[in-house]
Amino acid sequence: MKKKQITSPRISWTFDEYTNSEIRRAAETGIYDIRGGGSKRKLPHFDDLLFLGASMSRYPLEGYREKCNTKVSLGTRYAKNPLNLDIPITIAGMSFGALSGPAKEALGRGASKAGTSTTTGDGGMTKEERSQSKMLVYQLLPSRYGMNPDDLRKADAIEVVIGQGAKPGGGGMLLGQKISDRVAEMRTLPKGIDQRSACRHPDWTGPDDLAIKIMELREITEWKVPIFVKIAGARPYYDTALAVKAGADVVVLDGMQGGTAATQEVFIENVGQPTLACIRPAVDALQDLNMHREVQLIISGGIRNGADVAKAMALGADAVSIGSAAMIALGDNDPKWEKEYNKLGTTAGAYDDWHEGKDPAGISTQDPKLMKRFDPIKGGKRLSNYLKVMTLESQTIARACGKNDLHNLEPEDLCALTVEAAAMARVPLAGTDWIPGNKSS
Amino acid sequence: MNFDLQKNSLRETNSFLQNIDYNRNKREFLIKNPKGLHAICAGLKNNISVTIKGHTGYYCGGMNQKAKITIEGNAGTGLAENMMSGLIHVKGNVSQSAGATAHGGTIIVEGDASSRCGISMKGVDIIIKGSVGHMSAFMAQSGSLLICGDADEALGDSIYEANIYVAGKVVSLGADCIEKKLTTFHIKKINELLKKANIKSLDYKNFRRYGSARKLYNFKIDNASSY
Repeated sequence: MKKKQITSPRISWTFDEYTNSEIRRAAETGIYDIRGGGSKRKLPHFDDLLFLGASMSRYPLEGYREKCNTKVSLGTRYAKNPLNLDIPITIAGMSFGALSGPAKEALGRGASKAGTSTTTGDGGMTKEERSQSKMLVYQLLPSRYGMNPDDLRKADAIEVVIGQGAKPGGGGMLLGQKISDRVAEMRTLPKGIDQRSACRHPDWTGPDDLAIKIMELREITEWKVPIFVKIAGARPYYDTALAVKAGADVVVLDGMQGGTAATQEVFIENVGQPTLACIRPAVDALQDLNMHREVQLIISGGIRNGADVAKAMALGADAVSIGSAAMIALGDNDPKWEKEYNKLGTTAGAYDDWHEGKDPAGISTQDPKLMKRFDPIKGGKRLSNYLKVMTLESQTIARACGKNDLHNLEPEDLCALTVEAAAMARVPLAGTDWIPGNKSS
Repeated sequence: MNFDLQKNSLRETNSFLQNIDYNRNKREFLIKNPKGLHAICAGLKNNISVTIKGHTGYYCGGMNQKAKITIEGNAGTGLAENMMSGLIHVKGNVSQSAGATAHGGTIIVEGDASSRCGISMKGVDIIIKGSVGHMSAFMAQSGSLLICGDADEALGDSIYEANIYVAGKVVSLGADCIEKKLTTFHIKKINELLKKANIKSLDYKNFRRYGSARKLYNFKIDNASSY
């Protein structure tokens, strides 16, 4: 009898396992998926770049011995009191509400120990964070939840938030289960309702208005503190140029790997540009306006280690900002909670339903029982350790490239592993002198 | 003490008013020639009285605390934005987003207010003797907006717990905004607001009350067509 020829079962590339599960979930529930974090898809990123290091044509600096400066001043354009950081790694805005009070305290403790700043978020300034953060950036968001002039004057810098990399053009939603009495009071809304954060500011539209808004903020704070403008990775050249024109001291540019507390999965994965693609156009805008280094550029979205810091700075950033990585350092998605992640239908490393308030690690929750699991002193220590490691790593790379200051790193120190990364970062494909898209190549 | 914004700089004027020396025992100030400048009297924080003789630009009285500011003219965008307390009285008309996100205090406008009056208001009392533009009280969280004239389209869209009282016509209500019963609490509130603004030609019977239906407070897919 002739044996039947059987081919291996073939899963569609287009209809892969995740896609099919999402179709089934949508069919079952009738609502789109909401989650936290940034883009999870594989994107061109800093891993696609390599440093060349020194050799015959460049000489290195001695590791552990020769100095390599990591300090940076943010807000030197107009502010009387720029933010002077020991390291070029800041903590991104994360709201009280999305995070617990102790988690905000831990961010303050860790950042202060490492000599850097934290940032408030939608929901106002908590006493925990202000008391622990030596340098605190106060966000002015469209919702203005918790915004008040007393806190504004306590801030070391103000960040006008126009967009987030996870959701350019989108607002936010803090679901009712996380609205405790304290969160509700700070946001002037009833307990337990879903709190919508608007996508546009209520009292200005466009860059001409923003210039006036910034002037008002300076008047209220007597021109003392820097004004940051945070933009999403949408149109980085024009958005950066317009932020500078509006009077920003610092531009914070957040690529699509940058996290959010909660928004639609379809938004996170399909709107915005990868961080890597945003840096060079933003630096172009600053250079075209003769403002590079006078207006500082902070890059965020997927910064994980000292190599990422060094690569972002080699492409022209003055500093970087971390959010998701800081949460992981505190203990978010730690495998020690695996059994509980499994109960929530997920696994350590993939948990992103922060909006549900059931975080086993006790970080992105307002549940008193879960919050007790998190020790802000230990969390702060973990964060400061992590920040120190990132700084040492970036110094190691800079010295190997012969640089005595992280800000002396330059695109010439890099090559790319893929054509896409070479085109986005505008550095040569490894082993060639080809920069795709470069008009002269 | 007088300031003349043709001679004194805005920074100099605001700085003086923001940092009042109480030993001088001077509480009343006059600003001449405002010339539509922006951020006049922004960030005041003391119990003083300032009269501005003329029109102001954006964000006049922004984030005000305690101060009484009288504008003898029209006011630009974002009047009294995020005000915490005090009183801002405009003798003319005001542009869009008056009282945006304001937490407390009182705003009185003798004329009309443009669009988005009281947007995201968080506790302020706003009294408009004329009419308001479209999308007024959008996402209004708390406080009261009293409109003696008419209201344009989408009044109170996505409103939370703020109260709107209108004496004239309402072109249309926004999502989740409905007419509600005028209870004793609201009658008292209207009377209080009328008294504050010295309005004698109207009483609570002239007003209808609008507020949240609270159907959109928690996101439900069945309500998607409302958004």
